[in-house]
Amino acid sequence: MRANLAGKWPTAERGHRRDAGPHTITADRARRESAVAVAAAPAKPPAARRLEAHPIAELVARRLAAGVLTLLVVSVVVFLATQVLPGNAAYAVLGRSANPVRLHALERQLHLDRGIFEQYWLWLSGLFTGRLGTSLANGQSLWALVQPRLVNSAVLVFVTGLIGSVAGVALGAVAALRKDSWFDHVTSVAALAVTALPEFVVAIALIILLATVVAHLLPAVSLLPPGTYAWSQPKLLILPVATLVIVIVPYIFRMMRAAMIEALESDYVEMARLKGVPEWQIVLAHALPNAIAPTIQVIGLNFLYLAGGVVVVEFVFNFPGIGQGLVFAVQNRDIPVIQFIVLVLAAFYVVMNIVTDVIALLATPRRRIAR
Amino acid sequence: MTVAAPGKPPAAQARDTRTARHPWLTVLATAVRLCLASLVVLLAIIGPLVSPGTPTALVTFAFAKPSGHFPLGSDFLGRDVLARVLNGGWVLLIMAAAATAFGIIVGTAAGVSAAYRRGRADGLIMRTVDVILAFPQLVFALLLVSVIGPKLWLIVLAVGLSHAPQVARVIRSATLDITERDFVKVVELQRMRPSKVMAREILPNLISPLMVEAGLRLTYSIVIMSGLSFLGFGQQPPAANWGLMINENRIGLELNPWAVIVPAALIALLTIGTNTFTDAVARVTLGVDRLPEEAVLTDDLGLGRTT
Amino acid sequence: MTAESKPADAAASATPLAQPASVVRLEVRDLEIRVGKSGPDVVGDISFAVPAGQVLGLVGESGSGKTTVALALLGHTRRGLRISSGEVRLDGVDLLTLSRGDLRATRGARVAYVPQDPAAALNPTLRVGTQLREALRVHPGAVDDPAGRVLEVMREARLDAAPEMLRRYPHQLSGGQQQRVGLAMAFCCRPSLIVLDEPTTGLDVTTQRHVLDTVRSLCRSYGVAAVYVSHDLAVVGGLVAEVAVMYAGRIVEIGPTAKVFGDPVHPYTRGLLAAVPSPGRAETLAGIEGQPPRPGRRGRGCSFAPRCSFAIDECRSQAPEPVLIDSREVRCIRAADVRSAADARPAAVSGPGDDGRSPALSLRAISARYGRTPVLSGVDLDVPPDSCVALVGESGSGKTTVARCIVGLHGNWTGEITFQGARLSPRLRDRPRDAVRRIQYIFQNPYTSLNPRKTVGQIVAQPLEELLGLPFRERSERAARALEDVSLGRDFLSRYPDQLSGGERQRVAIARALVVEPDLLICDEVTSALDVSVQAVIVEELRRLQRERHLAMLFITHNLALVRSIAQQAVVLRDGAVVESGPVEQVLEHPTDAYTARLMADVPRL
Repeated sequence: MRANLAGKWPTAERGHRRDAGPHTITADRARRESAVAVAAAPAKPPAARRLEAHPIAELVARRLAAGVLTLLVVSVVVFLATQVLPGNAAYAVLGRSANPVRLHALERQLHLDRGIFEQYWLWLSGLFTGRLGTSLANGQSLWALVQPRLVNSAVLVFVTGLIGSVAGVALGAVAALRKDSWFDHVTSVAALAVTALPEFVVAIALIILLATVVAHLLPAVSLLPPGTYAWSQPKLLILPVATLVIVIVPYIFRMMRAAMIEALESDYVEMARLKGVPEWQIVLAHALPNAIAPTIQVIGLNFLYLAGGVVVVEFVFNFPGIGQGLVFAVQNRDIPVIQFIVLVLAAFYVVMNIVTDVIALLATPRRRIAR
Repeated sequence: MTVAAPGKPPAAQARDTRTARHPWLTVLATAVRLCLASLVVLLAIIGPLVSPGTPTALVTFAFAKPSGHFPLGSDFLGRDVLARVLNGGWVLLIMAAAATAFGIIVGTAAGVSAAYRRGRADGLIMRTVDVILAFPQLVFALLLVSVIGPKLWLIVLAVGLSHAPQVARVIRSATLDITERDFVKVVELQRMRPSKVMAREILPNLISPLMVEAGLRLTYSIVIMSGLSFLGFGQQPPAANWGLMINENRIGLELNPWAVIVPAALIALLTIGTNTFTDAVARVTLGVDRLPEEAVLTDDLGLGRTT
Repeated sequence: MTAESKPADAAASATPLAQPASVVRLEVRDLEIRVGKSGPDVVGDISFAVPAGQVLGLVGESGSGKTTVALALLGHTRRGLRISSGEVRLDGVDLLTLSRGDLRATRGARVAYVPQDPAAALNPTLRVGTQLREALRVHPGAVDDPAGRVLEVMREARLDAAPEMLRRYPHQLSGGQQQRVGLAMAFCCRPSLIVLDEPTTGLDVTTQRHVLDTVRSLCRSYGVAAVYVSHDLAVVGGLVAEVAVMYAGRIVEIGPTAKVFGDPVHPYTRGLLAAVPSPGRAETLAGIEGQPPRPGRRGRGCSFAPRCSFAIDECRSQAPEPVLIDSREVRCIRAADVRSAADARPAAVSGPGDDGRSPALSLRAISARYGRTPVLSGVDLDVPPDSCVALVGESGSGKTTVARCIVGLHGNWTGEITFQGARLSPRLRDRPRDAVRRIQYIFQNPYTSLNPRKTVGQIVAQPLEELLGLPFRERSERAARALEDVSLGRDFLSRYPDQLSGGERQRVAIARALVVEPDLLICDEVTSALDVSVQAVIVEELRRLQRERHLAMLFITHNLALVRSIAQQAVVLRDGAVVESGPVEQVLEHPTDAYTARLMADVPRL
């Protein structure tokens, strides 16, 4: 999961054109001129101009369309993987040696006796009309099963996201301002180390330190029965939240630090200094607004990561959220539940992506206002 | 007529003011990081050969404390933790390496083609990439495992495939940067075949981002594989597997914590080692203070590139 | 009270010695700047003075340290550098001894900086108005009516003093407008000293002229002293009364402009002036071989000695002190001898010109588009064999597009391109291999046109493999000979591009183009990214090669002055159409088109 976060690579020469030579304007202009789009700024046809006038609206529209398409494809993939791939899904669930009567009943329940497309359509339409079906494991209505889990995970994700973002941004900004100080070195090294750790290792470490071996301050495992809400026993939230916060803060920290440093070393900050602007104003009014956009993207990515990260953490702490629900469903081959949870996660991904991009766009006037 | 300014060689200014203050410290740190990872890798590979016993033999009662015979005590079934630790890494490593290799190869091929060919192929590849990226990697693997079962080859395939889109995106971005440079146009004017252009001109310039990306992917492969094992979807009991061991022995934390601590520490050291080593490589090849995860993010807003 | 004085007046009237005692605004003494605490010095022994109302030109090529000095005039250094000794006195107060708070109060209010790259110097997330008002906000009391002052200064900088302008973001402004915003920001608080760092780089000639006029008039009317840093001698010559020439961190010659440029003494100044092309006469340009030494490698003697034709042993062992010769200070031991040396500058031999042979390359009615946007309309062009045609135009005129169409990189055009009698197809792959080989192209940026992962030998031999299919041994031999033709030795074969200077790289690019023995060579702004002295060397190489090999050459440039030194014919392009064409002398001296006439008038001359 974490892979999705850090996989975005800098173009090798972003801002550091190591082979591309002179940084003078002419060279830049020369590069621009030698690129294909030499036709500097001629008049654009009216239709394009209209769309460009509202880049935010354009972006949202485009992304929504793409998002819907993506979700559709995801649903197909999920469907294929769970109902079509294993041959007879009923066999996969119950095992080959199961009672034929039960097999038959299950087949009918899963609509396996109908054609593939019909199965897909039944499932998809069921999603929209609220007829989600029942869990194979315990016969409960799907929604009743999943809904409290959804809420719990949502609480976990958003509390973590909030704390993590604030902490990451603050630490990153301070480290950038005190670049090359001991604070900077220590936090940077720590961040680098922690980003590498799997979340369950962090969870285990916290458990060892705070719950079992070293100290007994907090409960190691949540004894909340499935179906209850997390806030009924807030103490149980602490360790899972702490684990996830530790996992996401380093990313946000590193990005904020890098973006701030780049802003502080930029030409426009130098110009502001040469105008006599006091340092605190430079940080707040010049550097910060420019460092925000990429950091927002990373924060968004971290929210996305959390959607998957909750799986392991909930499992470790026995926290009744969707992650735990997914693991149980996979263990029990509870197909309807698997399908639904994966789809929910994918939808969360898509929405979060759009929100992040829009906020980042808002923070970058250069992109959102046409020339 | 535009007025031009002469150019200056890039090296002089930038590097002179940015060289590390204490170069020997950097070298030392890099060596340490390399050692960390290598040590664990060595342990994982050689472990089975030097293991004092088989990992599955029941040798004593459950969760025995460390003693002379069994320096790390026993696990929840009474098996020797040391033996299990020594045997529990190599499968993980091989699977992670395989998944990484698979992901890098597929991703690079896709990324370079998409960037160089542009047009329809580009759009198609990147759309596919976006779709696959809509899944969290772990969830994707879980999905496949849920129906086919925890087959190891499937996990390698699933994780490798889920790396590919990231790699493709990154490599595509790097390739676009390279193809914009004039020397690619020069060889096109010499009528070089596109496949040769990609292989001989572009690829050698991708070495740096590729190396760093491979390092990152390896780290994440290890993380995901061990996570899957932890959840019980990797190697099945009674096999010795670091991730699995951590989960199995959780209940006995108060009795014999080493059964959990040692495998957890090994995984941690391994991933920290690979990650920091990759970071060091990134600094050297791409410039000081450059984060691996950087602002190509703003490019993804889909509004094109600045130059 | 704005007196719009002609360039000649500015140069002739104010020599520092002749002027009656006017207030000295800026006085710099023995300024020295080092790398880190005790590293090698980047600039040293810098001393000069600027009276009120006058402009001092600080001239030098890249690496000379002029920007470092310019920033130091505000007490600022770039990362890693430190001002180790010296004084910078503004109206008597040494800026280098001020406290942080006082220095901050001085910057922007009493001394201001106009940056080189206005696009980068403006914060992309703040509106233009905010940034303009910032200077006034940070220095309250500098001006009585800040709001009114903003509008006033915008008008003076010839910006549209409308509220909409203030609400825009920097990326919405053109290059010229951004630069004017930079100027306005600097003059806002009515400082005593303005430091301008190559402020007209990247602007087209007409805009540049406006900016220079604005600077001159503002300085006059406010009694502001200014330091104008530039590499462009022609621009500086028309603007400043006194000029200082920098080389390798030292001022090698300083004095009245008329003297320094009209009758240079220091060998470097002489070499520099011999390298500056002039639109007036067709001359051979004389470049200076070699490169300036980097900080830390400057040795004990004169830094210019390795490249100096007048150098004697003493020059290498002892750093020269400035001597006063004919109202300027020159840092050369042999100043007197150099002065009396003759100035050899033979006129160029103009080529065979138009002798009626059918053209090697012929364009008829070429109209091209990018997507749906028209870029060229009805371009007609002829390149006779064994002669050089200069294609001149400003940025955006379409000249690079013409080149791309000819060579096959851009296929979206209509019309006819004929090469050696045969029509060329728009797409590269439809052309016969031999036709492809005979037309070669040299790119502008030497830093991106060579593959950094290949050796020079591989780079130069590559076209032999692709276009001629020669075996390895023959390729290597031909590559080595090609390198020798451009005056690079065989030892360059195994070097990598990042070990070469800009001029050497461009020569490799030329060798690569000529190794397949083409008949037509297209040079696309090949010297625009190079220093003046290096440019002269490259231009001369190209001229020599063109004559020796009887090449047809299409030389694309924006630099009108350069045209004279290399081409026999000239074609002027504007907004995708040809506005003038003909023999070089005729086009430059008796242009028929108004646009061409205006360009010639706006081109700064020495």
